[in-house]
Amino acid sequence: MTLFQAQSESQLQLMDAAARLKGRSLWQDAAERFSKNKAAMGGVIVLGLIAIMSIVGPMISPYTLEDLSWESIGIAPTMENSHWFGTDDTGRDMWVLTWMGARVSLTIGVMTTFIALLIGVAYGATAGYVGGRTDNLMMRFVDVLYALPLLFFIIILVTVFGRNIYLVFVAIGCVEWLTMARIVRGQTLSVKRKEYIEAALASGVRTNTIIRRHVIPNVIGPVIVYVTLLVPTNILVESYLSFLGLGVQEPLTSWGVLISRGANALETAPWLLLIPATFLAITMFCFNFIGDGLRDALDPKDR
Amino acid sequence: MLTFALKRLAIAAPTLFFVVSLSFFLMHLAPGGPFDADANLEPQVIENLKAAYDLDKPLFQQYLIYLGKAAQGNFGPSIIYQDRTVSQLIATGLPVSLRIGLAAIFIAGLLGISMGIFSALRQNQRIDYVVMGVAMTGIAVPSFVLAPLMTLLFGVIFRLLPIATLEPSGGLARAVPALGPMVPYILPVIALAIPQIAIIARLTRGAMIEVLRQNYIRTARAKGMPEKRVVWRHAVQAGLLPVVSYLGPAIAGIVTGAVVVESIFQLPGMGRFFIQGAINRDYPLVLGIVIIFAAAVILMNLIVDLLYGVLDPKVKVDG
Repeated sequence: MTLFQAQSESQLQLMDAAARLKGRSLWQDAAERFSKNKAAMGGVIVLGLIAIMSIVGPMISPYTLEDLSWESIGIAPTMENSHWFGTDDTGRDMWVLTWMGARVSLTIGVMTTFIALLIGVAYGATAGYVGGRTDNLMMRFVDVLYALPLLFFIIILVTVFGRNIYLVFVAIGCVEWLTMARIVRGQTLSVKRKEYIEAALASGVRTNTIIRRHVIPNVIGPVIVYVTLLVPTNILVESYLSFLGLGVQEPLTSWGVLISRGANALETAPWLLLIPATFLAITMFCFNFIGDGLRDALDPKDR
Repeated sequence: MLTFALKRLAIAAPTLFFVVSLSFFLMHLAPGGPFDADANLEPQVIENLKAAYDLDKPLFQQYLIYLGKAAQGNFGPSIIYQDRTVSQLIATGLPVSLRIGLAAIFIAGLLGISMGIFSALRQNQRIDYVVMGVAMTGIAVPSFVLAPLMTLLFGVIFRLLPIATLEPSGGLARAVPALGPMVPYILPVIALAIPQIAIIARLTRGAMIEVLRQNYIRTARAKGMPEKRVVWRHAVQAGLLPVVSYLGPAIAGIVTGAVVVESIFQLPGMGRFFIQGAINRDYPLVLGIVIIFAAAVILMNLIVDLLYGVLDPKVKVDG
């Protein structure tokens, strides 16, 4: 009797101790690792600032996009007149143009990545889940598309169907989903066969819970990493199109449009190229740092 | 090995066919045509023009006619360059594009792989961070920013290199006449190579670091093999596999990069014809160039697949 009592008491103590120990989830772990990564956190902060400025930047300036004035053509960046980034060859304020361009470039980067994410996840998950001959056929098709210079198709799409901004969204999104599909398919395949799924099945965990607690957290890591790397890629693709005069059309502007105009006036007004190019490069750096940081934080191999 | 090669070839041929068909229907299904801009032409003249380019026939018939001619290497007459055929245009553009493309891929491979190996062997040392920082900049600063900046610096300020001409002029051509005809290609090749150098350097570094952690490297070191031999005989061979498989995408990157670089430096290459053709709806010109570019990329992927089968014992060659 006493023996039994003592045993249950120690058991209770153990259970009590276990209850006080708070479990740490994969995501808490990852968040902690990520917050310790200085480059990645710096990237988040700078990118956040650029995003905020893309909203409030044009409001701060006394000028608007429509303010063309003959007296203020090609002014170098100055604190006077409130033309902080100077003006372009039509007298428009570069501060306003730069942040309006940021707005368009960032939106396009995020929207096209979202489209690519939707297509890629649906396609990859189907292929990985169904498996067999369907999987083989679907991935062969991806292989075929992979072997092509896809930017050419974007250019053909954009030139033949007219140059509007929504088409740019769709064209880029429809082309950039291939890698996403490959990643999701690979993850789905490998997770499907893992022992912990089997263990969960054996111990009678419901399918919904298995998907929520075991499948999604293990599939989503590489996807998140790839998403942060795809956004800058797509911003570059849009800039590339705009540089060739095929992307965003006036009066809308993007960093690509500004860089293209700046490149033509490089000898007389270098700031027209340097300012948007600098912000584009900073944005690229930020996304790459964040992507690398996320990869390090989410990859369980390097613990 | 032979069956493997034939299998790959059997995939490559339909891929090219798929590209041709997709581009053909994309271009022709869209509203508008190449003669929209000439609004003041008489209707009869436009009809005659369309007939001359087979544009009056049903779409599917046009497609068959095109396929038949293209299979014989005849891409038809160009619409914007009215006295020349697409094949003639390609014959003038291809050498220019090939020259800068091949030079860029060669430089990118050489520099990128060297930087990657150098960095991997000094992982997490200060010099590693410097090299990788440079590589990151190469990725973050696109070629359409680099190209104008380099033109300003070397063409306008220092007057070393010629701008927008294939004539060898500028300080460098005068100082070293032996370089002669190479001089005008220097800036375009650098602009084209830099993003690829950066990507290849990062790829090589990552793969090398992974390989250097492997057990067989530890074994080689443990049995007292000289470090040089460990690195060059064992690590580099395995570490370069991902770089080999990147060659396909690299060619695609060079090809798309060439479009911008040729436009900026005003080189009469394929990329510039492509953009002019696309903007002016010159169907035959765009299709011809897409076919050549796609064939180049597909061919490269084929070569990479075969190389991979030879280099990586894990790939089942006869599978």
